[in-house]
This record gives sequence, C-alpha cells and structure tokens, in this order.
Amino acid sequence: MSQQNIQDSLLRFMTCGSVDDGKSTLIGRLLFDTKTILTDTLTQIEKTSKKRGMAAIDLSLITDGLQAEREQGITIDVAYRYFSTGKRKYIIADAPGHEQYTRNMVTAASTAHLAIILIDARKGVLTQTRRHSFLAKLVGIPHIVVAINKMDLIDYDENQYKSICEDYEKFAKEIKLSESRTIEFVPMSALNGDMIVARGESIHWYQGPTLLDILEKTTADYAGKDKNFRFPVQFVCRPHASDDHQLHDFRGFMGRVESGSISVGDEITVLPSRYKSKVKSIQLGDITLNKAISEQSVTILLEDEIDISRGDMIIKSNDAIEPTKNINAMVCWLSETAMASSRAYLIRHTSRESKAKLDKIDFKVNIETLGHEIIPNLNMNDIAQVTFKLAQPIMMDAYQDNRSTGAFIIIDESTYHTVGAGMID
Amino acid sequence: MPTLQNLTHLDWLESEAIHILREVAGQCSNPVLLFSGGKDSLCLLRLAEKAFRPGRFPFPLLHIDTGHNYNEVIQFRNFRAKELNERLIVRSVEDSMKRGTVVLKTPHEPRNKHQSVTLLEAIAEFEFDCCIGGARRDEEKARAKERIMSFRDEFGQWDPKNQRPELWNLYNAKVHKGENIRAFPISNWTEMDVWQYIEREKLDLPSIYFAHKRPIVRRLGAIVPITPLTPKKDHEIIEEIMVRYRTVGDITCTAPVESTADTVHKIIIETASTTITERGATRLDDQTSDASMEQRKKEGYF
Repeated sequence: MSQQNIQDSLLRFMTCGSVDDGKSTLIGRLLFDTKTILTDTLTQIEKTSKKRGMAAIDLSLITDGLQAEREQGITIDVAYRYFSTGKRKYIIADAPGHEQYTRNMVTAASTAHLAIILIDARKGVLTQTRRHSFLAKLVGIPHIVVAINKMDLIDYDENQYKSICEDYEKFAKEIKLSESRTIEFVPMSALNGDMIVARGESIHWYQGPTLLDILEKTTADYAGKDKNFRFPVQFVCRPHASDDHQLHDFRGFMGRVESGSISVGDEITVLPSRYKSKVKSIQLGDITLNKAISEQSVTILLEDEIDISRGDMIIKSNDAIEPTKNINAMVCWLSETAMASSRAYLIRHTSRESKAKLDKIDFKVNIETLGHEIIPNLNMNDIAQVTFKLAQPIMMDAYQDNRSTGAFIIIDESTYHTVGAGMID
Repeated sequence: MPTLQNLTHLDWLESEAIHILREVAGQCSNPVLLFSGGKDSLCLLRLAEKAFRPGRFPFPLLHIDTGHNYNEVIQFRNFRAKELNERLIVRSVEDSMKRGTVVLKTPHEPRNKHQSVTLLEAIAEFEFDCCIGGARRDEEKARAKERIMSFRDEFGQWDPKNQRPELWNLYNAKVHKGENIRAFPISNWTEMDVWQYIEREKLDLPSIYFAHKRPIVRRLGAIVPITPLTPKKDHEIIEEIMVRYRTVGDITCTAPVESTADTVHKIIIETASTTITERGATRLDDQTSDASMEQRKKEGYF
C-alpha cells in the first residue's frame, strides 16, 4: 500500500453486466467469501431461496433490491455495497446493465477506479460488452477487468476462454480502450466460487491472479490525480464575530484538493480574479499540515488579504488555465424529459455554477455500433458531443486530463433536477 | 508537524464527509444537522468541527425526541451541544401527540415511525431546506441505493424512482420552497468504520454503548431490557447480564447485545468477529417486514 496516497487504502469499482451474466452472483460471492455477509442476512436469504424453490442458497439474493424493484422485476438504480479485506476497503457500485440504464452505468462509472466487465463464457463478446467497455472508456475508468464467468458451463475449456480474450482484445484495440488503461482477464465461476476470492479446484490451467488478487493490487488512481493542483473553494470561513479576538482576521478557504498537491510557501493564483498570494498555512481540523494532497479536504490560509468566494479556484502560479465561457463536451442525458435546445440550463462544475445555453449538438454516439449520428435533440440515455455557451466563465481541464475539473452536471432550472452529465473535450 | 504517512481509508472517508458538509453549507440556505446523541451523529459532529472550525457551524442541531430515550443519551446530547457551543433545537413526538398530529394505536408502542411527523413539523416550522443525517448505506438494503443528497418532496416523501443521479462529487442540493434535501455525509461508512473513527478521534459516547449490567428478559430470542416503558411479562424471569447497545433509539424497540466490551477497542474487536448485522441485532421494528425501512422512508423517515 502506498503510504503517500490517501486513496490507496480504498478502491471503488463497478460491475457491468446483466443479471444473466451472473453479476449479482459475482457480487454475492465477493461479499460472502470475504465474510461480509452476517448470519441474519444469510438466514433471510436462505428463507427466500427456499420460498423460491431453490436447493442451495442463491447468493444473488444478497444484492436483491427494493420492494418497488422486486414488484416490477427490474433494477432501478445503482446500489452501493461495501467490504474490506485486511488490506483495504472496497466500495462496489452495482449498476444495472441494460441499454436503457446507460445513465446508471455512467453514474456508477463516475466514481470508479476499476470496472469489472462480465462476459458469459457461453456467449462471448456481445453488443452489451462493447457498450459497457465504451462507457468505461468514456467515463475514464483507468482499470478494466474482463471477468469471463460461467466457466463451469463450458467445462472450464481453456481454448474457448482464450478465444474470448482474443475477441475482446481485438475490439479493445478498435476503440483504443487499451490506451492509458490496464486490461486484465480472469476465467471464473461465480456460482462455484472459482477464481473470485479462492482459486477453486477446476481452473488449474490458469496461473494468473484471482479477481480479488487483482483488486488488491490495483492502484486507486484517476486522470490528473497527481498532476496539476486544483482547489475549488467550497466555503469561506470568516469567524470575525467570534469572541476570540485572535480570529478577527482569520480567513480560511475551505475545499478539497481535487488534484495535485500544495505546500506551505507555494505561490498561488486565484481564478477567475487572477489575484496572487502565497500559502501561509494548511489546516485539517486542529492539525497544521506542511502539504495537502489530492482528495484531502483542508482549509488554506494565504499571506495576503484577498477577496475569494465559493466557486473560485486556487491553482499554482507557475501553472495556467484560462477561464472560459465555451465548452465542448460529451454529454450523457439523464432525464426522461428530452433536452429543450431553446432553454437555458444550469451547469455545476466543481463548486461553481453558471447558466448555459446549448450552442450545437455535433453528433450522437450510437452505443451499439459506436457510429456517429446527427440528432436534433437529446433524449434519455443519449450520449452526444455538445457545445455550450456559458454566462459565467469556468476553470476547466479536459476530462481525460483531469477527472474533477473536466466534469460537470446539468441542472434543469425549473425542476432543479440533475438532467445531464458532461465530460469536457 | 505530521506527515502524510499512514493515511488510511478513514482519512478518505473523513475527507469525503467534510466535502459533503461544506457542499451543504455552500448550497443550502437553511440546513440543520440531526443529532440524537447516538454514535453516528457524534461522528457527524466531529466531522462538522473539522469542516468548519474555527468558525461556528453554519447550521443548528436538531433532535427529534421520541420521549422514549435513555436518560444517559439525552444528558450526553445536551452536554455535547453545550461543549461545542452550538445551538440545539429539540422537538418532541409528545408535542405532536398533544397537537393530535401523532396518534398512537397503543400507549407504549414504538415511536420511531412517528418521528417522521415531528421531523416534518420541525422542517416546516424552521423552513429548513436540508437535514444532515448520519444514515449509512450499509445499514439496510433500502439504504444501499440512497443518494448522498436525497431529494424529498413537499410531503417529505422519498420516491426511489424520482432521485437525482449523483455523479463524481458534484452534488445537487437545489430545492424549491417546501422541498427538502436529506444529506448523508457518512453514506459510505460501515459500522466498523464508525467504530474505528470513534477510536481514532477519541470520541466520547453515552455510557450505554459500553458493557454494563442491566436487567433483561429473553423474549423470542431477543434480549429485552426491563424499563418502566418495557415491563416484564408475568411469566418472564428477569436476569442481570452484561450488555451494550450497538444503536441507541426508542427504548421500546432497541435491544442491547450481550457483551463484556467496555472500551471502544474491545467493541471494535467484537464488531470484527460479530455474526449479526447492526439492525438485525438491535432493531426490533425492522424485522416486521423485509421492506419496512423502505416503507418508512417513503413516509418521510430520514
């Protein structure tokens, strides 16, 4: 475990696949074999398994959802599950995999460091496999594990496994998935527990790591994490009215280091005002730090009294980004209500908000064929390249360079619902 | 000066929670933090200190008092609010009963579900636009899909089909008048994380979290504490055994577990080897139906 990295003690991953691929069984197996499932839950599952006439415990019931979903036999939403090994904590984002749930996949992918793409060994690489892989790439997940499941149903046939791997590799090359991304393959049977946590007895020809081995050694990185310092100000602390006179001049700029790092003494620039100063102190609660790294929430104090408010961004002075009012981005439309191209929307980018108007829709990506199509409007689950004009400038990076400052959400001004997600080109 | 050595998952979880609290403060005009004196809300208070000190909290604290609380917890609640010098608002289910907005079916029935009414009344009274709560996704399956910022309509209802997608760490807490956001900064924490954080931060807790001797009876496999609200039944035999509480709530439906763990560290060891979930062990009201939490949430429970 890296000692210099706040995140390496925690890995977030998502699972892509449908119920038919054994996704729920896989998650159930991971939780069961890491001893996360406690007896009362197991008793419940045993009861339900019996009620449904099954001989053995059905591990997929562990991830069984809400009553509303059970009634309709569908999965509405991303569910989050947790387990720990001695080494680190894991957060699983379990997203339903059907086409109409593109928005759920994008949601789950937005916080994942790794995606497990499930393939049914009997079926090989399917359209949905391509779709899941494309989305994982779009949302910038740096690590992919292709889990070839149900090996028990093809008699653990090594040749068939290899041919699926080759098919996938060919496709991965086509969509340039392997650029700046790791891809690993594991043969498994989630049902029997082979190659998930334990190696099992049946896949003796496979010498590589189990799924859990891969998870344990994967670094929890994302684009831009260790690169340029980005500190969107969330809140300004000015306790001047407090009884403590020493605090009279206290001005703390509170936020989370989205990427890079900052040390006491560093020269900084505030955007969009371009005021310059130096870091006087970095605080986390009542502790004073020398240096803050990506993903740390801290309070920064500056040498000079300058006016900074929520939505401003602090960067290092030897670095430069230009505030901009034009953005070109890949947008996933999340709302059942189609985008109305004549309306203004709100865009939330870091801690900043701006009104935005659609300039043009360049093209839509057909997520089945990956071809481009010209469309007049965005409907739910559409992914399209779009240009917006903003009322206020934002301080952005390209999404592929920085997962935090390259992302935004679109909010409907009348309902206030989140209707879209964007990744800046 | 401390170095960056040994940053753990607790640092990540802490940082995420601080970020969420600051987003609430930055986006909402009149938020409130729900504080019961229980362990999860005590973690929230420490996180709020880390998020906002040396300033005051940008929100008051609110407790919805069922009137079915252990004295130790209420005293601890008052003590902690005073120690932090933050404003504590208490609204009680009993006042809702007097107003006639809460009607009990039986005099001693659990009041957990009635808290929703009193909470909604308090939200209306103070015009809160966001309630910060200590719920966690690992607690119960209706929570596994809960957003960090969960949208509630004018009736305080949670509609699982009408939740805002939540991407990256971009939260949307915008609401119209009357609507409400429930924000859960420790969504991604497990019971173990909470205990480890309590140990690391050396947080004080109400005494009933630690092993103590208590008169109980065994009823249908559960340990039922004997109190004025929960008297023994005729044929039952009172035992005095060492117990502790894993959650604190309505006396009539919160059961202790047998334990000799009298320090946080011993509790962590017990938690690591426990075989029953937190709610399974201690919440008598969740067992009525597989989906009872989901039902309560739809009715406005936090």
